[in-house]
Amino acid sequence: MSSASTEAGAHAQRAPALLARELTRRFTPKDRPVVTALDAVSLAAYHGELTALVGPDGAGKTTLLRLAAGLIAPDGGSLAVLGVDVARDPQQVQDRISYMPQRFGLYEDLSVLENLELYADLHGVSAEQRAQRYPALFEMTALGPFRTRLAGQLSGGMKQKLGLACTLVRQPELLLLDEPTVGVDPLSRRELWEIVQHLVDDQGLTVLMSTAYLDEAERCSRSIVLYQGTVLTQGPPAEVAGGSAGACFLATPPPGQSARSVQAQLLDRPDVVDAVPDGGRVRVVTRGAHGEAAAQPLRGLSAEPVAARYEDGFMQLLQQRVSRERTQPLTIARPLSADSGQLAVRVQRLVKRFGAFVAVDHINFEVRRGEIFGVLGPNGAGKTTTFRMLCGLLAPSGGELYVAGANVRTAPAAARQRLGYVAQKFSLYGPLTVLENLEFFASAYGLRGEAKRARIAWALQQFELGDRAAAVSAQLPGGYKQRLAMAAALLHEPEILFLDEPTSGTDPLARRVFWRRITGLAEQGVTIIITTHFMQEAEYCDHVAIMDGGRVLAQGSPAEIRRRGQSAATPDPRMEDAFIAIVEEARAAAGRDAQAVA
Amino acid sequence: MFESLFRIVALTRKELLAVLKDRRARLSLLIPPMVQALIFGYAATYDLNRVPYALLDEDQSAASRELVAGLDGSGTFQRVADLRSAAQIAPAIDSGRALLVMDIRQDFQRQLLAGQQPDVQLIADGRNSNTAGTAMGYVSGIIGNFNAQWRADHGQPAPPMQLIERAWFNPNLETRWYMIPGMIGTLTLIQCMMLTVMSVAREREEGTFDQLLVTPFRPHEIMVGKALPSMIVGTIQATGVLVIAQLWFRIPFAGHYWVLYAGLLLFLLAAVGMGLLLSSIAGTMQQAMLYSMLFIMPFSLLSGFTTPINSMPGGLQQFTLINPLRFAIDITRRVYLQGAGLNLLLPDLWPLALMAAITLTAATWVYRYRPQ
Repeated sequence: MSSASTEAGAHAQRAPALLARELTRRFTPKDRPVVTALDAVSLAAYHGELTALVGPDGAGKTTLLRLAAGLIAPDGGSLAVLGVDVARDPQQVQDRISYMPQRFGLYEDLSVLENLELYADLHGVSAEQRAQRYPALFEMTALGPFRTRLAGQLSGGMKQKLGLACTLVRQPELLLLDEPTVGVDPLSRRELWEIVQHLVDDQGLTVLMSTAYLDEAERCSRSIVLYQGTVLTQGPPAEVAGGSAGACFLATPPPGQSARSVQAQLLDRPDVVDAVPDGGRVRVVTRGAHGEAAAQPLRGLSAEPVAARYEDGFMQLLQQRVSRERTQPLTIARPLSADSGQLAVRVQRLVKRFGAFVAVDHINFEVRRGEIFGVLGPNGAGKTTTFRMLCGLLAPSGGELYVAGANVRTAPAAARQRLGYVAQKFSLYGPLTVLENLEFFASAYGLRGEAKRARIAWALQQFELGDRAAAVSAQLPGGYKQRLAMAAALLHEPEILFLDEPTSGTDPLARRVFWRRITGLAEQGVTIIITTHFMQEAEYCDHVAIMDGGRVLAQGSPAEIRRRGQSAATPDPRMEDAFIAIVEEARAAAGRDAQAVA
Repeated sequence: MFESLFRIVALTRKELLAVLKDRRARLSLLIPPMVQALIFGYAATYDLNRVPYALLDEDQSAASRELVAGLDGSGTFQRVADLRSAAQIAPAIDSGRALLVMDIRQDFQRQLLAGQQPDVQLIADGRNSNTAGTAMGYVSGIIGNFNAQWRADHGQPAPPMQLIERAWFNPNLETRWYMIPGMIGTLTLIQCMMLTVMSVAREREEGTFDQLLVTPFRPHEIMVGKALPSMIVGTIQATGVLVIAQLWFRIPFAGHYWVLYAGLLLFLLAAVGMGLLLSSIAGTMQQAMLYSMLFIMPFSLLSGFTTPINSMPGGLQQFTLINPLRFAIDITRRVYLQGAGLNLLLPDLWPLALMAAITLTAATWVYRYRPQ
């Protein structure tokens, strides 16, 4: 952690664009104890820099951004933005900054251009300024060809770009972004990132953005790590990574053991800070100091030291504060006929057309029982359509579809009893309590009497929902909602579990707990089919299919997929690099075909 | 079969929980129909009283005073002005001060005594045609009484024919007796249809419908599970209006309760069926709301609730045949005031049953085959 004096030295020539001293903000929810969202934090972001705000859910990131935008007032301390005390003169600050909240208020029934015009009107941007600004914004966001399209019909990534363009209709001095890349696929995420980087590097804009992606924080000039309303550290990202230097290893599982089970064993050790699967091996961060002691937990495994990344240091930082509750892996009461090798899902020449549009174009894949199968792809690739067909929500236009041994087209009710489904968005009943939701879904799956009581007790215990059983579901924090959705989908002990972007918008800690549960389920023979935008998470899968434009572009183990991304520029590609390489290559090929036909 | 029943009960219970959990939602389902029943009970009446009229008595005789006394003593009319000349008639009507002007000519008494037929002119404000017509009817009744009285007093023979009026089922022809039973159906329809339409559209919009569809629920089970809660709420609302009609307005109930509830159940089934069909077509809550308003308004206006169906143009009369409210109002009025039994209500019951069968089947079909 850097001391205040070296910080002042490093930024002697630059004035802080945002300076918080002992800033405190509390919330008093109805019928619940006071929440201290920010507890006397002192922090700074500097002119002309890109500063990242990272930390788990409930760290206070959004509260800080809302305070800086003058939308709420602090309970204590001071916050100066562009030299102005926000609490005293929020209007002056608002005239000079732009703020893009997590859910930006786009009008879905207006076109791209109309949305832009609306925000220009709201900010009183003159006609000459517009004439000068719009071409630049359209070029930057590549939304020019879509200016007449309705905002509601844009993909998630394009919506975010439009939101960004709307916040930039006038030239702000400071840009505040609240998780702009959440729920956006890797390609769009990279584009958004390039836009932000361009604004900072070429236009000298000052940007403060919160993010759940630690690799984004790594690329900022400065990062601030928040945890439960306090600052864990702030400074150049390299300092965070440096915190775990010498404690990072890449371990190879012994023959006969999967990377996933080695990873799970390591994660359960108290002297291991973090363990994630990484291309068939396991990336481990240990608690020990440099040298011999650091490698202690890895005895018996062949491991090589590797350079520390931001994420490693971040986990190390959090570890010092959080006594990590050792998540118990899920146990399924019913022994599944774990005859591994049996097919759980078979998809052959599956097609789905909406009018002239082919959403899913002759795809094939097979998933064995007890496997974790990941479906990756940009927004609009056909992932969700495929999912909906697998779950029987949508009738295929052609092809064969076997789920849990049944043909979903002919025996949907029987097949449904054997599958669980967690939608992308929280889709249990908001007005009902946790318990009422569980009771309803238990009954829906034919559970009653003692069996029902036992399963609900199991769900409350396994997903740590017991203390919130009487809480209204709509008012639960995000992490609880996600666990409740999982619990409801597992009440009837399904053989196959479908998860549509279950980790979107959750923090790195919650994601690790989530995957510990999922891998536990898979070990007991439950088949998991999952989509995700976090490419690192694909590492937990046994097999991965990459989709784009309704077709499966690549299939294989995570290590195989990564090898396909190898090039001179990236000799050791990460999952994300491979994904982008595969999708871009396929798109280029499609473009060549189109040209050849023409 | 048993499994299916069990699932339906679970869904019904969940729906009722979602609707009735919140105290405000609970009250908003029960209080408005009751309050509306009370307000309409007082406000919606064709019975006139305190009709403002102006008098131009050019005769100023004993006979003219006797005629005017009949008017003033009726309790229905209130004299607001005594005019001096015919020139004052137009301003009295134009300003809206008087709804009627009665003009008694100069030799009114002389002609009467001479056995001639004097004219009495009655001018009404036709801008308010309904009230004017009713008021003129009252006046001609009063004139009739005057004539009969005059003949008797002056030893003239009685008129050759006499009409004796008896209004069955509503002896005093009170509008309230006619309106309030009709309200049982009208008030229930609005809330019941809204509740049904929104319950499905909300699930679709919030994504919970997918979660419901991946469970072993079959489409018809979802239909029944969605229809039952609305029907339960509708029955409670109808009961509330019924209680007000009897305990507050003291309108005697002539029929059998089981007949009324049997008719109401069929009506609710048809209304809920329409609601479900609309909601299966609508994609969002907003659409669902608009679609249902598209039906609720014409259904209420063209139901015979306020204006008789017989006097509507032929095409519109045909349209009322697909309006469940038309049959429901007929049922409630006839059971309530007339005490009609099921056999007499058959012409109302079978169209409702047919409507329910068609809409519920269609809704189930659309659910199953709707593309998204």
